[in-house]
Amino acid sequence: MIKITQWIVVCLVLCVSVGIAFSQGLSPPSNVTAVDTPNDDGSSVTIKWDAAPEDSGISGYQILRRIAGGGLEEIGEMLPAGTTTYVDATIEKGNVYAYIVRAVTETEATVDSNETAPTTGTDEWFHTGRIPLFVAMLLFGAAIVWNIYDARSGKEIFVRRIPGLEAVDEAIGRATEMGRSILYVLGLGGVSGPATIASMTILGQVARRTADYETPLRVPCRDPIVMSVVREMVKASYLDEGRPDAYNEENIFYLTSGQFAYAAGVDGMMIREKPAAVFLQGTFYAESLILAETGNSIGAIQIAGTDSEHQLPFLITACDYTLIGEELYAASTYLSREPMLLGSLKGQDWGKVLIFASLVLGVLLELSGVNWITTLLQRVG
Amino acid sequence: MEVFGIWVAAFLTLCIYSFLYRDNPFYRFAEYLFVGVSVGYVFVLTTHQGFIPLAWKPFWAAITGESLIGLIKLIPICIGLLFFTRFSTQHQWLVRYPIAILIGAGSGLAIPNVLRANIFEQTRGTIEPFAAIHAGTLSAGEIFGAILMVIGVVCTLTYFFFSIEHRGPIKWVSKVGIAFLMIGFGSAFGNTVMGRVALLIQRVDFLLNDWGGTIF
Repeated sequence: MIKITQWIVVCLVLCVSVGIAFSQGLSPPSNVTAVDTPNDDGSSVTIKWDAAPEDSGISGYQILRRIAGGGLEEIGEMLPAGTTTYVDATIEKGNVYAYIVRAVTETEATVDSNETAPTTGTDEWFHTGRIPLFVAMLLFGAAIVWNIYDARSGKEIFVRRIPGLEAVDEAIGRATEMGRSILYVLGLGGVSGPATIASMTILGQVARRTADYETPLRVPCRDPIVMSVVREMVKASYLDEGRPDAYNEENIFYLTSGQFAYAAGVDGMMIREKPAAVFLQGTFYAESLILAETGNSIGAIQIAGTDSEHQLPFLITACDYTLIGEELYAASTYLSREPMLLGSLKGQDWGKVLIFASLVLGVLLELSGVNWITTLLQRVG
Repeated sequence: MEVFGIWVAAFLTLCIYSFLYRDNPFYRFAEYLFVGVSVGYVFVLTTHQGFIPLAWKPFWAAITGESLIGLIKLIPICIGLLFFTRFSTQHQWLVRYPIAILIGAGSGLAIPNVLRANIFEQTRGTIEPFAAIHAGTLSAGEIFGAILMVIGVVCTLTYFFFSIEHRGPIKWVSKVGIAFLMIGFGSAFGNTVMGRVALLIQRVDFLLNDWGGTIF
Protein backbone atom coordinates (compact mmCIF):
# COMPACT_ATOMS: atom_id res chain seq x y z
CA MET A 1 0.00 0.00 0.00
CA ILE A 2 2.88 2.38 0.95
CA LYS A 3 4.71 1.53 -2.30
CA ILE A 4 1.61 2.30 -4.38
CA THR A 5 1.26 5.67 -2.58
CA GLN A 6 4.94 6.47 -3.26
CA TRP A 7 4.50 5.66 -6.96
CA ILE A 8 1.44 7.88 -7.16
CA VAL A 9 3.31 10.79 -5.54
CA VAL A 10 6.29 10.38 -7.92
CA CYS A 11 3.99 10.20 -10.96
CA LEU A 12 2.11 13.27 -9.81
CA VAL A 13 5.32 15.28 -9.31
CA LEU A 14 6.56 14.23 -12.76
CA CYS A 15 3.23 15.09 -14.38
CA VAL A 16 3.17 18.51 -12.68
CA SER A 17 6.78 19.24 -13.71
CA VAL A 18 6.20 18.19 -17.31
CA GLY A 19 2.90 20.08 -17.32
CA ILE A 20 4.54 23.28 -16.07
CA ALA A 21 7.37 22.85 -18.56
CA PHE A 22 4.95 22.47 -21.47
CA SER A 23 2.63 25.19 -20.20
CA GLN A 24 5.58 27.63 -20.25
CA GLY A 25 6.65 26.40 -23.68
CA LEU A 26 10.06 25.36 -22.26
CA SER A 27 12.27 24.16 -25.04
CA PRO A 28 15.63 22.41 -24.59
CA PRO A 29 18.87 24.37 -25.12
CA SER A 30 19.70 24.21 -28.82
CA ASN A 31 22.93 23.83 -30.80
CA VAL A 32 24.85 22.49 -27.82
CA THR A 33 28.48 21.78 -28.68
CA ALA A 34 31.41 20.64 -26.58
CA VAL A 35 34.88 21.23 -28.00
CA ASP A 36 38.41 21.19 -26.67
CA THR A 37 39.29 24.68 -25.38
CA PRO A 38 41.79 26.17 -27.82
CA ASN A 39 45.24 27.36 -26.71
CA ASP A 40 45.33 25.54 -23.39
CA ASP A 41 47.19 22.61 -21.88
CA GLY A 42 44.35 20.18 -22.54
CA SER A 43 42.82 20.61 -19.12
CA SER A 44 39.45 22.01 -20.20
CA VAL A 45 36.50 21.59 -22.56
CA THR A 46 34.27 24.47 -23.67
CA ILE A 47 30.50 23.90 -23.90
CA LYS A 48 28.43 26.35 -25.94
CA TRP A 49 24.73 26.66 -26.65
CA ASP A 50 22.33 29.19 -28.15
CA ALA A 51 20.81 31.89 -25.98
CA ALA A 52 17.19 31.22 -25.04
CA PRO A 53 14.58 33.90 -25.88
CA GLU A 54 13.92 36.33 -23.02
CA ASP A 55 10.35 35.03 -22.46
CA SER A 56 11.39 31.36 -22.41
CA GLY A 57 10.89 31.10 -18.63
CA ILE A 58 14.39 29.68 -18.11
CA SER A 59 15.97 30.81 -14.84
CA GLY A 60 19.27 29.01 -15.22
CA TYR A 61 21.31 26.16 -16.67
CA GLN A 62 22.92 23.14 -15.10
CA ILE A 63 25.70 21.30 -16.93
CA LEU A 64 25.74 17.51 -16.81
CA ARG A 65 28.77 15.48 -17.78
CA ARG A 66 29.22 11.86 -18.76
CA ILE A 67 32.62 10.20 -18.74
CA ALA A 68 32.69 7.53 -21.50
CA GLY A 69 30.87 4.46 -20.26
CA GLY A 70 29.72 6.12 -17.02
CA GLY A 71 26.63 7.85 -15.71
CA LEU A 72 25.64 11.51 -15.82
CA GLU A 73 26.94 13.84 -13.11
CA GLU A 74 26.20 17.49 -12.38
CA ILE A 75 29.23 19.76 -12.59
CA GLY A 76 29.66 23.28 -11.30
CA GLU A 77 27.06 25.62 -9.89
CA MET A 78 23.78 26.59 -11.56
CA LEU A 79 24.53 29.11 -14.32
CA PRO A 80 22.46 32.30 -14.74
CA ALA A 81 19.83 32.48 -17.50
CA GLY A 82 21.85 34.58 -19.98
CA THR A 83 24.82 32.20 -20.03
CA THR A 84 25.74 30.56 -23.34
CA THR A 85 29.22 29.23 -22.55
CA TYR A 86 30.74 27.07 -19.84
CA VAL A 87 34.34 25.97 -19.49
CA ASP A 88 34.75 22.64 -17.74
CA ALA A 89 38.23 22.88 -16.24
CA THR A 90 37.85 19.76 -14.10
CA ILE A 91 38.54 17.18 -16.80
CA GLU A 92 41.37 14.70 -16.87
CA LYS A 93 43.52 14.38 -19.95
CA GLY A 94 42.87 11.17 -21.87
CA ASN A 95 39.23 10.74 -20.77
CA VAL A 96 36.35 11.19 -23.23
CA TYR A 97 33.45 13.38 -22.12
CA ALA A 98 29.93 14.14 -23.36
CA TYR A 99 27.74 16.94 -22.02
CA ILE A 100 24.09 17.82 -21.60
CA VAL A 101 22.85 21.33 -20.84
CA ARG A 102 19.80 21.26 -18.59
CA ALA A 103 17.49 24.29 -18.68
CA VAL A 104 15.80 24.98 -15.34
CA THR A 105 12.76 27.18 -14.69
CA GLU A 106 11.88 29.09 -11.53
CA THR A 107 9.43 26.28 -10.64
CA GLU A 108 12.31 23.76 -10.84
CA ALA A 109 10.96 22.24 -14.06
CA THR A 110 13.79 21.01 -16.26
CA VAL A 111 14.41 20.09 -19.84
CA ASP A 112 17.62 18.57 -21.20
CA SER A 113 19.43 19.25 -24.44
CA ASN A 114 20.69 16.45 -26.66
CA GLU A 115 23.95 14.90 -25.54
CA THR A 116 26.96 16.39 -27.32
CA ALA A 117 29.37 14.35 -29.37
CA PRO A 118 32.16 12.85 -27.23
CA THR A 119 35.18 15.07 -26.87
CA THR A 120 38.50 15.13 -25.07
CA GLY A 121 40.98 17.78 -23.95
CA THR A 122 44.14 18.14 -26.01
CA ASP A 123 47.08 20.40 -25.34
CA GLU A 124 48.37 22.83 -27.96
CA TRP A 125 52.01 23.63 -28.58
CA PHE A 126 51.32 27.17 -29.77
CA HIS A 127 48.93 29.74 -28.34
CA THR A 128 47.65 31.29 -31.56
CA GLY A 129 45.99 34.10 -29.62
CA ARG A 130 49.43 35.33 -28.58
CA ILE A 131 50.76 35.83 -32.14
CA PRO A 132 50.26 39.65 -32.05
CA LEU A 133 52.16 39.75 -28.74
CA PHE A 134 54.90 37.60 -30.27
CA VAL A 135 55.20 40.03 -33.22
CA ALA A 136 55.34 42.99 -30.81
CA MET A 137 58.09 41.26 -28.83
CA LEU A 138 60.03 40.51 -32.00
CA LEU A 139 59.90 44.19 -32.98
CA PHE A 140 60.94 45.24 -29.50
CA GLY A 141 63.74 42.65 -29.50
CA ALA A 142 64.89 43.84 -32.94
CA ALA A 143 65.13 47.43 -31.65
CA ILE A 144 67.29 46.28 -28.75
CA VAL A 145 69.55 44.08 -30.92
CA TRP A 146 69.97 46.95 -33.42
CA ASN A 147 71.10 49.30 -30.64
CA ILE A 148 73.40 46.69 -29.13
CA TYR A 149 75.17 46.37 -32.50
CA ASP A 150 75.32 50.16 -32.69
CA ALA A 151 76.88 50.36 -29.23
CA ARG A 152 79.35 47.58 -30.02
CA SER A 153 80.45 49.34 -33.18
CA GLY A 154 81.73 52.14 -30.95
CA LYS A 155 78.87 54.62 -31.29
CA GLU A 156 78.62 56.85 -28.24
CA ILE A 157 75.41 56.25 -26.28
CA PHE A 158 74.47 58.82 -23.70
CA VAL A 159 73.04 57.78 -20.32
CA ARG A 160 71.64 60.52 -18.15
CA ARG A 161 72.84 61.08 -14.61
CA ILE A 162 71.16 58.90 -11.97
CA PRO A 163 71.70 60.65 -8.59
CA GLY A 164 71.44 57.54 -6.39
CA LEU A 165 74.26 55.84 -8.26
CA GLU A 166 76.70 58.67 -7.82
CA ALA A 167 76.41 57.94 -4.12
CA VAL A 168 77.67 54.35 -4.56
CA ASP A 169 81.33 55.39 -4.43
CA GLU A 170 80.59 57.70 -1.52
CA ALA A 171 78.94 54.83 0.42
CA ILE A 172 81.77 52.38 -0.27
CA GLY A 173 84.37 55.02 0.59
CA ARG A 174 82.59 55.79 3.87
CA ALA A 175 82.52 52.10 4.83
CA THR A 176 86.22 51.79 4.02
CA GLU A 177 87.16 54.84 6.06
CA MET A 178 85.11 53.66 9.03
CA GLY A 179 86.51 50.12 8.76
CA ARG A 180 83.02 48.65 8.65
CA SER A 181 81.29 46.26 6.27
CA ILE A 182 78.80 46.86 3.46
CA LEU A 183 75.51 44.99 3.59
CA TYR A 184 73.92 44.18 0.23
CA VAL A 185 70.33 42.91 0.36
CA LEU A 186 68.97 41.47 -2.90
CA GLY A 187 65.35 41.34 -1.78
CA LEU A 188 62.95 38.46 -1.99
CA GLY A 189 62.86 37.92 -5.77
CA GLY A 190 63.86 34.69 -7.50
CA VAL A 191 66.82 34.38 -9.82
CA SER A 192 64.71 35.02 -12.92
CA GLY A 193 63.06 38.19 -11.61
CA PRO A 194 64.13 41.25 -13.67
CA ALA A 195 64.75 43.28 -10.48
CA THR A 196 66.94 40.53 -9.01
CA ILE A 197 68.95 40.27 -12.23
CA ALA A 198 69.44 44.07 -12.26
CA SER A 199 70.39 43.97 -8.59
CA MET A 200 72.97 41.24 -9.20
CA THR A 201 74.53 43.32 -12.00
CA ILE A 202 74.80 46.32 -9.65
CA LEU A 203 76.27 44.03 -7.00
CA GLY A 204 78.92 42.94 -9.52
CA GLN A 205 79.96 46.59 -9.92
CA VAL A 206 79.85 47.24 -6.16
CA ALA A 207 82.02 44.14 -5.64
CA ARG A 208 84.65 45.54 -8.03
CA ARG A 209 85.02 48.59 -5.82
CA THR A 210 84.99 46.63 -2.54
CA ALA A 211 87.69 44.39 -4.02
CA ASP A 212 89.82 47.48 -4.66
CA TYR A 213 89.25 48.96 -1.20
CA GLU A 214 89.28 45.57 0.62
CA THR A 215 85.97 46.43 2.27
CA PRO A 216 84.01 43.41 3.57
CA LEU A 217 80.86 42.85 1.50
CA ARG A 218 78.12 40.83 3.25
CA VAL A 219 75.24 39.41 1.18
CA PRO A 220 72.49 37.48 3.00
CA CYS A 221 70.39 35.62 0.41
CA ARG A 222 66.81 34.50 0.58
CA ASP A 223 67.06 32.09 -2.36
CA PRO A 224 69.78 29.40 -2.54
CA ILE A 225 69.96 29.68 -6.33
CA VAL A 226 70.39 33.45 -6.11
CA MET A 227 73.17 32.77 -3.61
CA SER A 228 74.95 30.48 -6.10
CA VAL A 229 74.72 33.09 -8.88
CA VAL A 230 75.81 35.91 -6.59
CA ARG A 231 78.84 33.93 -5.42
CA GLU A 232 79.86 33.40 -9.05
CA MET A 233 79.37 37.08 -9.92
CA VAL A 234 81.19 38.48 -6.92
CA LYS A 235 84.03 36.00 -7.40
CA ALA A 236 84.31 37.09 -11.06
CA SER A 237 84.41 40.77 -9.98
CA TYR A 238 87.21 40.10 -7.50
CA LEU A 239 89.11 38.14 -10.16
CA ASP A 240 88.65 40.96 -12.70
CA GLU A 241 90.11 43.41 -10.21
CA GLY A 242 93.05 41.10 -9.62
CA ARG A 243 92.07 40.49 -5.99
CA PRO A 244 90.96 36.83 -5.77
CA ASP A 245 92.63 36.63 -2.34
CA ALA A 246 90.22 39.25 -0.94
CA TYR A 247 87.16 37.22 -1.96
CA ASN A 248 85.48 35.44 0.94
CA GLU A 249 82.72 33.01 -0.08
CA GLU A 250 81.40 32.85 3.49
CA ASN A 251 80.25 36.47 3.24
CA ILE A 252 77.60 35.46 0.71
CA PHE A 253 75.28 33.08 2.48
CA TYR A 254 71.77 31.68 2.59
CA LEU A 255 69.71 33.01 5.48
CA THR A 256 66.15 31.72 5.09
CA SER A 257 63.33 31.76 2.53
CA GLY A 258 60.69 32.93 5.00
CA GLN A 259 59.82 36.58 4.33
CA PHE A 260 59.69 37.96 7.88
CA ALA A 261 62.24 35.51 9.23
CA TYR A 262 64.60 36.91 6.59
CA ALA A 263 63.75 40.44 7.67
CA ALA A 264 64.35 39.53 11.33
CA GLY A 265 67.70 37.92 10.44
CA VAL A 266 68.89 40.89 8.35
CA ASP A 267 67.77 43.33 11.05
CA GLY A 268 69.78 41.38 13.62
CA MET A 269 72.85 41.54 11.37
CA MET A 270 72.42 45.29 10.91
CA ILE A 271 72.17 45.91 14.64
CA ARG A 272 75.13 43.68 15.57
CA GLU A 273 77.52 44.32 12.69
CA LYS A 274 76.58 47.98 12.16
CA PRO A 275 77.49 48.16 8.45
CA ALA A 276 78.41 51.64 7.23
CA ALA A 277 76.49 51.23 3.98
CA VAL A 278 73.33 49.27 3.21
CA PHE A 279 72.18 48.50 -0.31
CA LEU A 280 68.55 47.39 -0.66
CA GLN A 281 68.25 46.51 -4.33
CA GLY A 282 65.72 44.10 -5.84
CA THR A 283 62.18 42.97 -5.19
CA PHE A 284 60.70 43.83 -1.82
CA TYR A 285 57.38 43.31 -0.15
CA ALA A 286 56.04 44.19 3.30
CA GLU A 287 59.49 43.77 4.91
CA SER A 288 60.92 46.79 3.03
CA LEU A 289 60.16 49.33 5.77
CA ILE A 290 61.41 46.99 8.52
CA LEU A 291 64.76 46.70 6.74
CA ALA A 292 65.05 50.35 5.71
CA GLU A 293 64.04 51.65 9.14
CA THR A 294 66.61 49.47 10.93
CA GLY A 295 69.30 50.56 8.46
CA ASN A 296 68.33 54.15 9.15
CA SER A 297 68.46 53.65 12.93
CA ILE A 298 72.09 52.45 12.83
CA GLY A 299 73.10 55.50 10.80
CA ALA A 300 74.15 53.60 7.67
CA ILE A 301 74.12 55.32 4.32
CA GLN A 302 71.33 53.55 2.46
CA ILE A 303 70.91 53.20 -1.30
CA ALA A 304 67.70 51.46 -2.29
CA GLY A 305 66.19 50.47 -5.61
CA THR A 306 63.13 48.45 -6.48
CA ASP A 307 60.43 47.98 -9.06
CA SER A 308 57.89 47.03 -6.37
CA GLU A 309 55.85 50.21 -6.65
CA HIS A 310 54.02 49.64 -3.35
CA GLN A 311 57.31 49.55 -1.44
CA LEU A 312 58.89 52.57 -3.11
CA PRO A 313 57.24 55.10 -0.75
CA PHE A 314 58.82 53.39 2.26
CA LEU A 315 62.25 53.19 0.70
CA ILE A 316 62.08 56.84 -0.41
CA THR A 317 61.13 57.80 3.16
CA ALA A 318 63.76 55.78 5.02
CA CYS A 319 66.74 55.64 2.62
CA ASP A 320 69.22 58.28 1.49
CA TYR A 321 68.88 57.50 -2.21
CA THR A 322 66.27 55.44 -4.02
CA LEU A 323 66.27 54.13 -7.57
CA ILE A 324 62.68 54.27 -8.76
CA GLY A 325 61.40 51.43 -10.93
CA GLU A 326 63.25 51.37 -14.23
CA GLU A 327 66.13 53.37 -12.78
CA LEU A 328 67.12 50.10 -11.14
CA TYR A 329 67.47 48.47 -14.57
CA ALA A 330 69.29 51.50 -15.95
CA ALA A 331 71.61 51.54 -12.94
CA SER A 332 73.57 48.49 -14.01
CA THR A 333 74.14 50.12 -17.42
CA TYR A 334 75.16 53.41 -15.82
CA LEU A 335 77.72 51.72 -13.61
CA SER A 336 79.18 49.22 -16.07
CA ARG A 337 78.91 51.16 -19.41
CA GLU A 338 78.92 47.81 -21.17
CA PRO A 339 77.95 48.12 -24.85
CA MET A 340 75.39 45.34 -24.55
CA LEU A 341 73.58 47.02 -21.66
CA LEU A 342 73.89 50.46 -23.27
CA GLY A 343 72.31 49.16 -26.47
CA SER A 344 69.56 47.48 -24.50
CA LEU A 345 68.82 50.71 -22.61
CA LYS A 346 68.63 52.70 -25.85
CA GLY A 347 66.33 50.04 -27.35
CA GLN A 348 64.04 50.35 -24.33
CA ASP A 349 63.91 54.10 -24.86
CA TRP A 350 62.79 53.45 -28.44
CA GLY A 351 60.01 51.31 -27.00
CA LYS A 352 58.99 54.22 -24.77
CA VAL A 353 58.89 56.54 -27.79
CA LEU A 354 56.54 54.04 -29.43
CA ILE A 355 54.28 54.00 -26.35
CA PHE A 356 54.39 57.78 -26.27
CA ALA A 357 53.37 57.95 -29.95
CA SER A 358 50.61 55.36 -29.45
CA LEU A 359 49.23 57.39 -26.55
CA VAL A 360 49.13 60.72 -28.37
CA LEU A 361 47.88 59.24 -31.64
CA GLY A 362 45.41 56.98 -29.84
CA VAL A 363 43.90 59.88 -27.89
CA LEU A 364 43.54 62.00 -31.05
CA LEU A 365 42.00 59.12 -33.02
CA GLU A 366 39.60 58.16 -30.22
CA LEU A 367 38.43 61.78 -30.03
CA SER A 368 37.67 61.55 -33.76
CA GLY A 369 35.78 58.30 -33.30
CA VAL A 370 38.47 56.04 -34.79
CA ASN A 371 39.47 53.22 -32.46
CA TRP A 372 41.92 51.07 -34.35
CA ILE A 373 44.82 51.73 -31.94
CA THR A 374 42.70 50.54 -29.00
CA THR A 375 41.66 47.46 -30.98
CA LEU A 376 45.30 46.76 -31.88
CA LEU A 377 46.39 47.11 -28.24
CA GLN A 378 43.54 44.86 -27.17
CA ARG A 379 44.66 42.17 -29.61
CA VAL A 380 48.29 42.44 -28.55
CA GLY A 381 47.33 42.43 -24.87
CA MET B 1 47.44 22.77 25.28
CA GLU B 2 45.72 25.75 23.64
CA VAL B 3 46.67 27.96 26.59
CA PHE B 4 50.28 26.79 26.28
CA GLY B 5 50.24 27.77 22.56
CA ILE B 6 48.86 31.22 23.43
CA TRP B 7 51.62 31.73 26.01
CA VAL B 8 54.33 30.69 23.55
CA ALA B 9 52.90 33.04 20.88
CA ALA B 10 52.64 35.92 23.38
CA PHE B 11 56.18 35.34 24.65
CA LEU B 12 57.60 35.32 21.11
CA THR B 13 55.57 38.41 20.15
CA LEU B 14 56.98 40.28 23.15
CA CYS B 15 60.50 39.01 22.35
CA ILE B 16 60.24 40.43 18.82
CA TYR B 17 58.74 43.72 20.05
CA SER B 18 61.61 44.08 22.53
CA PHE B 19 63.71 45.00 19.48
CA LEU B 20 61.97 48.39 19.57
CA TYR B 21 63.99 49.11 22.72
CA ARG B 22 67.35 47.67 21.58
CA ASP B 23 68.99 44.41 20.57
CA ASN B 24 68.76 41.96 23.48
CA PRO B 25 69.01 38.20 24.21
CA PHE B 26 65.21 37.78 24.01
CA TYR B 27 65.06 39.27 20.52
CA ARG B 28 68.09 37.21 19.51
CA PHE B 29 66.42 34.03 20.77
CA ALA B 30 63.19 34.77 18.84
CA GLU B 31 65.16 35.74 15.75
CA TYR B 32 67.23 32.55 15.67
CA LEU B 33 64.16 30.45 16.39
CA PHE B 34 62.17 32.19 13.65
CA VAL B 35 64.97 31.81 11.08
CA GLY B 36 65.59 28.15 12.03
CA VAL B 37 61.92 27.18 12.01
CA SER B 38 61.31 28.95 8.68
CA VAL B 39 64.26 27.13 7.06
CA GLY B 40 62.92 23.79 8.29
CA TYR B 41 59.39 24.66 7.18
CA VAL B 42 60.53 25.69 3.69
CA PHE B 43 62.56 22.48 3.38
CA VAL B 44 59.57 20.31 4.27
CA LEU B 45 57.27 22.36 2.02
CA THR B 46 59.65 22.10 -0.95
CA THR B 47 60.04 18.37 -0.42
CA HIS B 48 56.33 17.63 -0.11
CA GLN B 49 54.96 20.11 -2.65
CA GLY B 50 57.84 20.13 -5.11
CA PHE B 51 60.23 17.22 -5.05
CA ILE B 52 57.85 14.33 -4.21
CA PRO B 53 54.87 15.13 -6.50
CA LEU B 54 56.79 16.75 -9.37
CA ALA B 55 59.97 14.66 -9.53
CA TRP B 56 59.94 11.55 -7.37
CA LYS B 57 56.41 10.19 -7.97
CA PRO B 58 56.41 10.44 -11.79
CA PHE B 59 59.95 9.11 -11.92
CA TRP B 60 59.11 6.19 -9.64
CA ALA B 61 56.00 5.45 -11.73
CA ALA B 62 58.27 5.26 -14.78
CA ILE B 63 60.70 2.92 -13.03
CA THR B 64 57.92 0.58 -11.96
CA GLY B 65 56.46 0.67 -15.49
CA GLU B 66 53.21 2.29 -14.30
CA SER B 67 53.55 5.35 -16.53
CA LEU B 68 56.56 5.72 -18.84
CA ILE B 69 55.83 9.42 -19.42
CA GLY B 70 57.58 10.02 -16.09
CA LEU B 71 60.88 9.27 -17.82
CA ILE B 72 60.73 12.77 -19.29
CA LYS B 73 61.27 14.04 -15.74
CA LEU B 74 64.83 12.75 -16.04
CA ILE B 75 65.71 15.87 -18.03
CA PRO B 76 64.80 18.45 -15.34
CA ILE B 77 66.10 16.12 -12.61
CA CYS B 78 69.51 15.91 -14.31
CA ILE B 79 69.56 19.69 -14.87
CA GLY B 80 68.73 20.19 -11.20
CA LEU B 81 71.44 17.77 -10.12
CA LEU B 82 74.00 19.95 -11.89
CA PHE B 83 73.56 22.43 -9.02
CA PHE B 84 75.42 19.95 -6.82
CA THR B 85 78.53 20.21 -9.01
CA ARG B 86 79.33 23.31 -6.95
CA PHE B 87 80.82 20.97 -4.38
CA SER B 88 83.47 19.74 -6.81
CA THR B 89 86.22 22.22 -7.68
CA GLN B 90 86.87 20.36 -10.93
CA HIS B 91 83.26 20.38 -12.17
CA GLN B 92 81.77 23.48 -10.59
CA TRP B 93 81.67 25.28 -13.94
CA LEU B 94 78.74 23.01 -14.79
CA VAL B 95 76.55 24.93 -12.33
CA ARG B 96 76.29 27.70 -14.93
CA TYR B 97 74.05 25.53 -17.14
CA PRO B 98 71.12 25.13 -14.72
CA ILE B 99 71.45 28.79 -13.73
CA ALA B 100 71.36 29.88 -17.38
CA ILE B 101 68.34 27.65 -18.07
CA LEU B 102 66.53 28.98 -15.00
CA ILE B 103 67.16 32.63 -15.82
CA GLY B 104 66.34 32.11 -19.51
CA ALA B 105 63.11 30.22 -18.87
CA GLY B 106 62.09 32.59 -16.08
CA SER B 107 62.66 35.68 -18.18
CA GLY B 108 60.92 34.10 -21.15
CA LEU B 109 57.86 33.44 -19.03
CA ALA B 110 57.92 36.81 -17.27
CA ILE B 111 58.67 39.28 -20.07
CA PRO B 112 55.59 38.62 -22.30
CA ASN B 113 53.31 38.92 -19.27
CA VAL B 114 54.99 42.12 -18.12
CA LEU B 115 54.66 43.61 -21.63
CA ARG B 116 51.04 42.57 -21.84
CA ALA B 117 49.89 43.67 -18.37
CA ASN B 118 52.15 46.66 -17.69
CA ILE B 119 52.51 48.17 -21.15
CA PHE B 120 49.80 47.24 -23.65
CA GLU B 121 46.90 46.98 -21.22
CA GLN B 122 47.93 50.17 -19.39
CA THR B 123 48.26 52.09 -22.65
CA ARG B 124 44.85 50.89 -23.79
CA GLY B 125 43.34 51.79 -20.41
CA THR B 126 44.71 55.32 -20.74
CA ILE B 127 43.35 55.84 -24.26
CA GLU B 128 39.96 54.13 -23.90
CA PRO B 129 38.14 56.86 -21.91
CA PHE B 130 38.58 59.19 -24.90
CA ALA B 131 36.22 56.96 -26.90
CA ALA B 132 33.63 57.65 -24.20
CA ILE B 133 34.43 61.37 -24.42
CA HIS B 134 33.73 61.17 -28.18
CA ALA B 135 30.47 59.34 -27.46
CA GLY B 136 29.58 62.06 -24.91
CA THR B 137 28.94 59.63 -22.06
CA LEU B 138 31.46 61.03 -19.54
CA SER B 139 30.81 63.68 -16.90
CA ALA B 140 33.02 66.77 -16.60
CA GLY B 141 34.88 65.23 -13.65
CA GLU B 142 35.57 62.02 -15.56
CA ILE B 143 36.80 63.98 -18.59
CA PHE B 144 39.18 65.90 -16.29
CA GLY B 145 40.37 62.59 -14.83
CA ALA B 146 41.04 61.09 -18.28
CA ILE B 147 43.01 64.17 -19.42
CA LEU B 148 44.97 64.26 -16.15
CA MET B 149 45.79 60.58 -16.61
CA VAL B 150 47.28 61.16 -20.07
CA ILE B 151 49.30 64.15 -18.85
CA GLY B 152 50.56 62.09 -15.90
CA VAL B 153 51.54 59.12 -18.07
CA VAL B 154 53.32 61.27 -20.67
CA CYS B 155 55.24 63.29 -18.05
CA THR B 156 56.20 60.23 -15.98
CA LEU B 157 57.28 58.36 -19.09
CA THR B 158 59.50 61.32 -20.01
CA TYR B 159 61.25 61.03 -16.62
CA PHE B 160 62.19 57.45 -17.47
CA PHE B 161 64.00 58.33 -20.70
CA PHE B 162 67.60 57.54 -19.96
CA SER B 163 69.38 58.06 -23.27
CA ILE B 164 68.52 61.75 -23.58
CA GLU B 165 69.69 64.57 -21.38
CA HIS B 166 66.98 66.14 -19.25
CA ARG B 167 67.40 69.74 -20.31
CA GLY B 168 65.06 72.54 -21.33
CA PRO B 169 61.41 71.47 -21.80
CA ILE B 170 62.23 67.78 -21.17
CA LYS B 171 63.60 68.71 -17.75
CA TRP B 172 60.37 70.48 -16.81
CA VAL B 173 58.13 67.76 -18.21
CA SER B 174 60.07 65.11 -16.27
CA LYS B 175 59.80 67.24 -13.12
CA VAL B 176 56.04 67.23 -13.51
CA GLY B 177 56.35 63.43 -13.97
CA ILE B 178 58.23 63.13 -10.66
CA ALA B 179 55.52 65.22 -8.98
CA PHE B 180 52.89 62.76 -10.27
CA LEU B 181 55.01 59.86 -8.98
CA MET B 182 55.36 61.42 -5.53
CA ILE B 183 51.62 62.07 -5.29
CA GLY B 184 51.05 58.40 -6.16
CA PHE B 185 53.65 57.26 -3.62
CA GLY B 186 52.12 59.47 -0.95
CA SER B 187 48.70 57.92 -1.38
CA ALA B 188 50.20 54.41 -1.46
CA PHE B 189 52.16 55.22 1.71
CA GLY B 190 49.04 56.30 3.57
CA ASN B 191 47.10 53.30 2.33
CA THR B 192 49.78 50.81 3.40
CA VAL B 193 50.39 52.47 6.77
CA MET B 194 46.69 52.01 7.51
CA GLY B 195 47.10 48.31 6.68
CA ARG B 196 50.13 48.04 8.99
CA VAL B 197 48.26 49.76 11.81
CA ALA B 198 45.53 47.15 11.37
CA LEU B 199 48.19 44.42 11.80
CA LEU B 200 49.47 46.10 14.97
CA ILE B 201 45.93 46.33 16.34
CA GLN B 202 45.48 42.60 15.62
CA ARG B 203 48.63 41.77 17.62
CA VAL B 204 47.73 44.07 20.50
CA ASP B 205 44.24 42.54 20.48
CA PHE B 206 45.85 39.10 20.74
CA LEU B 207 47.99 40.18 23.68
CA LEU B 208 45.15 41.91 25.50
CA ASN B 209 42.29 39.55 24.86
CA ASP B 210 43.68 36.08 24.03
CA TRP B 211 46.75 36.17 26.26
CA GLY B 212 45.25 38.54 28.84
CA GLY B 213 42.20 36.28 28.95
CA THR B 214 44.34 33.40 30.19
CA ILE B 215 45.79 35.57 32.99
CA PHE B 216 42.77 37.48 34.27
